[in-house]
Amino acid sequence: MAGRWKNTLTENDVTPEANYLSRRSLLAGMAGVGLAGVAGLPTAARAQGLKANTYEEITTYNNFYEFGTGKDDPAKYAGSLTTSPWTVKIDGMVDNPGNYQFEDIMAKMTIEERLYRFRCVEAWSMVVPWNGFELADLLNMAGVQSRAKYVAFETLYRPDEMPGQKTRVLKWPYVEGLRLDEAMHPLTIMATGIYGKDLPNQNGAPLRLVVPWKYGFKSIKSVVRITLTDKEPPTSWNRANAREYGFYSNVNPEVDHPRWSQATERRIGGGLFTKRIDTLKFNGYEKEVAGLYQGMDLAKFF
Amino acid sequence: MIDTLNTYARKLPAWAVYLIGFAPMPFLFWQGITGALGVDPVKALEHEYGELALQLLVLGLAITPARRHLGLNLLKFRRAIGVLSFFYVLAHLLVWAVLDVQALGAVWADILKRPYITIGMAAFALLLPLAITSNNRSVRKLGPRWRQLHKLTYPAVILGGVHYVWLVKGWQVEPLIYMAVILTLLALRAPKKRKVRVAA
Repeated sequence: MAGRWKNTLTENDVTPEANYLSRRSLLAGMAGVGLAGVAGLPTAARAQGLKANTYEEITTYNNFYEFGTGKDDPAKYAGSLTTSPWTVKIDGMVDNPGNYQFEDIMAKMTIEERLYRFRCVEAWSMVVPWNGFELADLLNMAGVQSRAKYVAFETLYRPDEMPGQKTRVLKWPYVEGLRLDEAMHPLTIMATGIYGKDLPNQNGAPLRLVVPWKYGFKSIKSVVRITLTDKEPPTSWNRANAREYGFYSNVNPEVDHPRWSQATERRIGGGLFTKRIDTLKFNGYEKEVAGLYQGMDLAKFF
Repeated sequence: MIDTLNTYARKLPAWAVYLIGFAPMPFLFWQGITGALGVDPVKALEHEYGELALQLLVLGLAITPARRHLGLNLLKFRRAIGVLSFFYVLAHLLVWAVLDVQALGAVWADILKRPYITIGMAAFALLLPLAITSNNRSVRKLGPRWRQLHKLTYPAVILGGVHYVWLVKGWQVEPLIYMAVILTLLALRAPKKRKVRVAA
């Protein structure tokens, strides 16, 4: 049941006439550089005329503290990570718990391209053409039981290959979590590639979560375990500093982070004199996801 | 070894230290423009200037202990190192305000609201009178008060170190090493009273 997000919008819903042109030129431009799966680009993303960051930008500027705290550390050191064989343990409140081989998962999932904004809590952003499948498809394969309310995720713990795990900058392994309805939302994907290529190690190979309306640290990388539970699971940055990082961490220009104003962001790729741009509520996906948080005080549940 | 270094130091004019010290400033800026600092040159430049400022401040702090404990005399370069560190702090501040935050209101809000920025600004404010009085005329005019005034370096360096420890996410190693070096250098210049008593 892939492609649900695409089906929720028609082009007429979202595309002002003027944007048709920019969308077309964007598509033409992408076809020109030989991108795979352009036809799979979600309508809304296409309509917004998003311009993807380059492969180099996306793969040399990463936060992946398992390989060091510098932005260039992951690209430098993640080469040592073994990603094959790779097993994802799915357990907790599911009908079919077990160790799923990465290849077996891929054989059952439909890979799509999703052009998403990516907003880091540090107030920089990118636009990334992910390849991946909807998390809902994987969870449905495992059979979510009705008692389950949350999904917990865990990154690989392998200090021999992940030198950052020998330091105590965070408690390892990295863990993240979503409410079940967030996890089942059609925008939420497990990414397995960028620009039609396999996901590079520094971006969280072989598969990682992507939740485009939340700050980047929610999109946990190199996932080895997915657990369905009825309690809100611990999350790494919240555990490290609860005052600064909440469980929800939805992109919200109105709710300031103690360290960074979240009102604006710097889009990577514009050089030394880049003008900051306004940050959009839910990172521009308000129409799709605001309903998940109806009646919630977003300043309290940040 | 120390004698050789002292001989070289005597021969090296202070202006050469200014020249060598200032060179990275325009060079890094140029690298930022050409893309040699990576895909986020604003942050890279901000961090490079800030780290150089901190390194120069630490170097300035090391001069007295180096003379006292190693017999290495670099006193004649201390003013150059101090002035250089001030200009790197200023460059760091300007890159942050002009190229990164880009709006005066937001700069002011950040200074008031975010403790690590407040601390950084306080360090800058402490260094400002020191930079202004880094000339022979001020030394003559202020007399013994000049020495008193320039002890503001100590709190300024500590604030600079705290600024770095605080601004990074989580407890990272590098800023903690800077902090340890700063505290060690300050401890080394503490009055030797205790040591004398132990020796006696």
